[in-house]
Amino acid sequence: MPAKPLASPYAGMTPVLALALVAIAVFSIRFGAVAISFGDMWSALTRGFAAPESLNLTERIFLEIRLPRALACILVGSSLAVGGVLMQALFRNPIVEPGLVGTSSGAAFGASLYFVLGAALKFHAGEWTLPIAACLGGALATACVFLLAETGTAQTETTTGLLLIGIAINALFLSGVGFMSYIARDPQARSITFWSLGTLSGASWRAVILLACSTLIGLTVALRHARQLNALMMGEDEALYLGIDVRRLKLTIIAVNVMIVAVATSITGIISFVGLIVPHLLRLLKGSDNRFLLIGSVFLGAILLTGADIAARVLLRPAELPIGIVTSAVGAPVFITLLRRRRYRF
Amino acid sequence: MLSVQEVTRVVAGKSLVDRVSATFERGELSLIIGPNGAGKSTLIKLLSKQLRADAGAIGYDSVDVGSIPNRELARIRAVLSQNIEVSFPLRVWEVVMMGRYPHFAGRPGAADVRACEEVMRFFDVSEMGERDYSTLSGGEKQRVHFARVLAQIWFAASGKSRYLFLDEPLTFLDIYYQFEFMGKVRELLKAGDLVVVGVVHDLNLAARFADKILLLHEGRVLACGSKTEVLTQENIKTAFRLEPTLVRTDEKSVHLVFD
Repeated sequence: MPAKPLASPYAGMTPVLALALVAIAVFSIRFGAVAISFGDMWSALTRGFAAPESLNLTERIFLEIRLPRALACILVGSSLAVGGVLMQALFRNPIVEPGLVGTSSGAAFGASLYFVLGAALKFHAGEWTLPIAACLGGALATACVFLLAETGTAQTETTTGLLLIGIAINALFLSGVGFMSYIARDPQARSITFWSLGTLSGASWRAVILLACSTLIGLTVALRHARQLNALMMGEDEALYLGIDVRRLKLTIIAVNVMIVAVATSITGIISFVGLIVPHLLRLLKGSDNRFLLIGSVFLGAILLTGADIAARVLLRPAELPIGIVTSAVGAPVFITLLRRRRYRF
Repeated sequence: MLSVQEVTRVVAGKSLVDRVSATFERGELSLIIGPNGAGKSTLIKLLSKQLRADAGAIGYDSVDVGSIPNRELARIRAVLSQNIEVSFPLRVWEVVMMGRYPHFAGRPGAADVRACEEVMRFFDVSEMGERDYSTLSGGEKQRVHFARVLAQIWFAASGKSRYLFLDEPLTFLDIYYQFEFMGKVRELLKAGDLVVVGVVHDLNLAARFADKILLLHEGRVLACGSKTEVLTQENIKTAFRLEPTLVRTDEKSVHLVFD
């Protein structure tokens, strides 16, 4: 044992990641069809909120488009990565991603319902209709998974049972999405497709505020349960012996996951792989303490998604690729390389 | 002191544990033996509050176990089971520190660090503190878990007894480590405030180390008392359907030989 066992091996990582995030976020904001100088940013930030009418075009692009988009990107990346950490910890399983308990497919189903039947609905909430439909879908699917697991047998109550029911419910809701695409007319079908691929182009300040709330609340609750999740790594019995209410822990963590992932998905559509890969990268860097993984994933998830957003805007310039295509196309080979490393145990 | 009165656990109409009563004293090592399906595991889970009894009462220093909040209970009661796997790579000292979780919120305090250091020295795992738990051998892993579980109740709790339950922790250890571990438990018992109740399969191990033996058969107590009282030819025959030869090398010891 080292002289100071708690001179944590995890120390020093957070500042590095935070600096990297600031650097890549600034690059992302400055990059685009219109070049934005630091002077523009400064003057827009100092005057923009008080007197928006006094801004010139460049400053307005910064304040109304680039900045909210960059912030939304950061928050969505963080949310998905934190969701990944939570779900992998809960299921004690490294193959798990945040959509596993039905949240993403449910959200996709809610969104596709809105695209196809939206016009016929009595309910309208302006630009919030889509996010609300997606959130409700995500919550509904997750509730189905959890209720079916809880009211089944002793077997379905286990995490493995929950996982299997999650797979089935995912398939069910995705078939619902498929059906909606099938009966959709052309522009609606295209909307569903685009949304399923993920995009940040709709990011507004209101979306940023909503995302910031859900991410902050979710992260705070998650951090309070980090040690309990650590104990869960040894199995439910051992966690019980340590005085942990495992059932309540499961419910809390799933509720947090639904909130952050459903809100993120409702605004950007489905962005895969970030939630799966970030926890693995962090574990490879330092270790598996969930406290570290949660904080690290906030930064690393944001960094990776911002990088993907830059790539999505560069690759087919001046057109923009859906960001979900980039995360999957880059994430899959990176992930496979990671798994094939001898040093990495999973 | 751990007192058990008429404790019963019924699953699907069958009494796995049927009106079991017993008293386990501080400073004593009590071992539960019995054939497969006798209810040993169920009983130890009832005693440690992992399962709730359908009838009867279990008292920790005469406080009903049901009335003690789980987190509070976790500071005075630890359970050692067998063959724990950790699902993600963790350093050995991180695993041991988990034993202190019931004692601190946020970051571990000085006492928690001291408990970990002392308990790791006690179980001779200090050297492997920085190693990845998943790369250890089976015996090393089990020793790390001994350290973690003992870290949970390492310091005496003022006025209260401490309770250690052993749920067949020795099954996958070779005989050297079985003896070494039992020796360590005996050493810990000298503190005087520790109640140790365990389940073992090896009758001779029970005969060698137990202060008190409780023989379960079909969910009921067949015999309970000192090794010479419990390990009789008649009791062994009833419970295990085998007739051993009992070898007495001196007044206090019993060895069972099965031909």
